Amino acid sequence: MLSTLQAMWAVFLHMFRRRETILYPEVKPYLPPRWRGRIVLTRDPDGGERCVACYLCAAACPVDCISLQATEDKGGRRYPEFFRINFSRCIFCGFCEEACPTYAIQLTPDFEMGEYDRRNLVYEKQDLLISGQGKYHGYNFYRVSGLAVKGKDKGGAENEEPPVDVRGLKP
Amino acid sequence: MSETVRSLIIVAGVLGIVMTIGGLLVWLERRLLALWQDRYGPNRVGPFGLFQTIADMIKLLMKEDWVPPFADRPVFVLAPAIIVMTVLMSFTVLPITQGIGVVELNIGLLFFLGMSSLGVYSIVLAGWSSGNKYSLLGGLRASAQMISYEVFMGLSLMGVVMFAGSFNLRDIVEAQQDLWFCIPQFFGLIIFLIAGFAETHRLPFDLPEAESELVAGYHSEYSGLKFGMFFLGEYLGITLISALVVILFFGGWMGPFFSPAVWFTLKTFLFICVFILVRASLPRPRYDQLMAFGWKVMLPLSLLNLMITGGLILAYKL
Repeated sequence: MLSTLQAMWAVFLHMFRRRETILYPEVKPYLPPRWRGRIVLTRDPDGGERCVACYLCAAACPVDCISLQATEDKGGRRYPEFFRINFSRCIFCGFCEEACPTYAIQLTPDFEMGEYDRRNLVYEKQDLLISGQGKYHGYNFYRVSGLAVKGKDKGGAENEEPPVDVRGLKP
Repeated sequence: MSETVRSLIIVAGVLGIVMTIGGLLVWLERRLLALWQDRYGPNRVGPFGLFQTIADMIKLLMKEDWVPPFADRPVFVLAPAIIVMTVLMSFTVLPITQGIGVVELNIGLLFFLGMSSLGVYSIVLAGWSSGNKYSLLGGLRASAQMISYEVFMGLSLMGVVMFAGSFNLRDIVEAQQDLWFCIPQFFGLIIFLIAGFAETHRLPFDLPEAESELVAGYHSEYSGLKFGMFFLGEYLGITLISALVVILFFGGWMGPFFSPAVWFTLKTFLFICVFILVRASLPRPRYDQLMAFGWKVMLPLSLLNLMITGGLILAYKL
């Protein structure tokens, strides 16, 4: 009987405690920077698309919500002709971000993607592509890779030696 | 003629107020439970979420009113009406103030006890007619629980009746002019409160619905307005028991400064809050514990209370 009254008193005292609820639409919750929300495609520091359309994200995606088609511009840079994410399927697991070799695809701390029409959840490339670099600054795939593209020949990348003539006799 | 009009106004007023309170209690309970659990509760619809009740009501009205094919149709439809009817009937005998009350029965208290016993039928019939084992279990538990708690609910009130010398609720209030019965009848009050929780099958004694064991107990198969009736019946029951506690033990409308109606409302509101606080803080006992508690603890206690009260009254010619 006494413990019953003690329990009631303890519950009653909660009246004077601060409420834990965050009143969501008025007060936004804190989301850490690495929170896995809306997926974006980022650009390199020079403003070019980072995505090289290697299909690794589409292969890693456990629900197959990413589809894209690779193509190449005149300078030899690969880029996706189209890039489509169906967010009504996406489970925000972040595997695509982990698979991406060029930091192109990134998850952002934003979850307010509600739509009245399910078809509006299919994001095309122009919806996904942002103008900034996202979470990883200063990285440009073509500046560090050995691939020759327009404006950068073989050996022109950072920390890269000029190519060796393997048929020459010089040491 | 004016007498008839006056009583008609009182009937309509009591009915309207009681129904409104029943509706608002849904909101109040959710807000208070939230307050005691460090949450906010419904606070979006209207000021402080007050219109939540209306939203809930619209939702209930819009729901399909479905009778399962395996149910016993006439009984299934009748059951929710019984509980609302019996509880509303009990409200007729309550004296709200000196002059306000629907009827003045000289056996008012017995009438209330009888009506609350009839309320059991609603739950038993609902459980039986649903044709569902969980509902049936809920109905069975309800019948056992309410019948056994009814026994000492009546006995706990006999002390009050002995002090007042009347079954008339108005006389009982007037007998508390000098001393509220919550002091000489303290154990009677405790026993009546516990029996009241069991009678309205509120949370520590909500074995008939027991969400975690029986889906929703006797009203598992109900939807729409019929479910709403059970809901309303439960909240009306809380109001009724609170009002009765006030009338029987806390001097009804009596109190200084404010008008009698205000005092009555204030005291009743306080006990409604106690009901909700108990729900917020106490866990549900096991079924056999409930029955053992009823028959082995509460019944002897109420008999003891009755005997001592009777003896004292005899000895001191109170």
